[in-house]
Amino acid sequence: MKCEELLAMLNEYVDGGVDPGVCEQFEKHLAGCNPCQVVVDNIRKTITLYKEGQPYELPVQFRERLHSALRAKWLEKRGTN
Amino acid sequence: MNELSSDQELVRRAKAGELEAFETLAGRYERKVYSLARRILRYEQDAEDVTQQTFLSALEHLEGFREESSFSTWLLRVATHAALKVIRKRKGLPTVSLEANSEPQEDYDTVPHPEYIADWRESPEELVSRNETARLIDEALSELDEKHRVIFLLRDVEGLSVKETADALGLSEANVKVRLLRARLQLRERLTRQFGDPARQFEPHQHTEAN
Repeated sequence: MKCEELLAMLNEYVDGGVDPGVCEQFEKHLAGCNPCQVVVDNIRKTITLYKEGQPYELPVQFRERLHSALRAKWLEKRGTN
Repeated sequence: MNELSSDQELVRRAKAGELEAFETLAGRYERKVYSLARRILRYEQDAEDVTQQTFLSALEHLEGFREESSFSTWLLRVATHAALKVIRKRKGLPTVSLEANSEPQEDYDTVPHPEYIADWRESPEELVSRNETARLIDEALSELDEKHRVIFLLRDVEGLSVKETADALGLSEANVKVRLLRARLQLRERLTRQFGDPARQFEPHQHTEAN
């Protein structure tokens, strides 16, 4: 396997979707290729970084506006609760 | 009680007319929807508009929600459509589409090769926890063009499957996969330039032309 081929299969490898035969070749390449090893590690860390990121908080006033809009719409559509 | 109920249970009760159940669902997912919208659109005001539209639309179409996907996936899909509409509007374009087939260079041959390769100096956990580095992480994402950013957000941040992402955007799975790869590689490149340790840098191997 060459670096280019590894690159094309990077997603499947990182997400765990390559079949065992291909996976073996992939890992054989990795064992002998420092740059590819580091790229794979960088990619995993990149994904973790964004997964771990905190969600934005809703501005308090907006949250109030949102919920009163939802209540108004609900009443308009369904009548009283 | 509500706080402990499953989404399915709450959806059932909301469909049966219980406003409180719907509000619990909104409370459960409002940050998720708002964060997705903020990350796609960047501006607070646009993200607020999209969040409000998303929940109003969910309320409006609740009976039509057939529960083939989870409530959260359904909401994210509605939110993504609303956000893309805002982007189209900004650009003055009439339709909502991520240009599935009009891109000539969307195959694996043209995926950019990694250029700056280095071990990172710190762990992802350390990097997200500091304001200064958290800002760089946000910036790197906002520098991607939206067709890559949206896919990365849905798949890697929100955890949708490739198929769910493709369905949400009206793209083929093949298209989602190649864009996701580009998105990940672009982010890796930018972040490694920021967070890579020059002392542990590796030169990329020579890339010979295929055939």
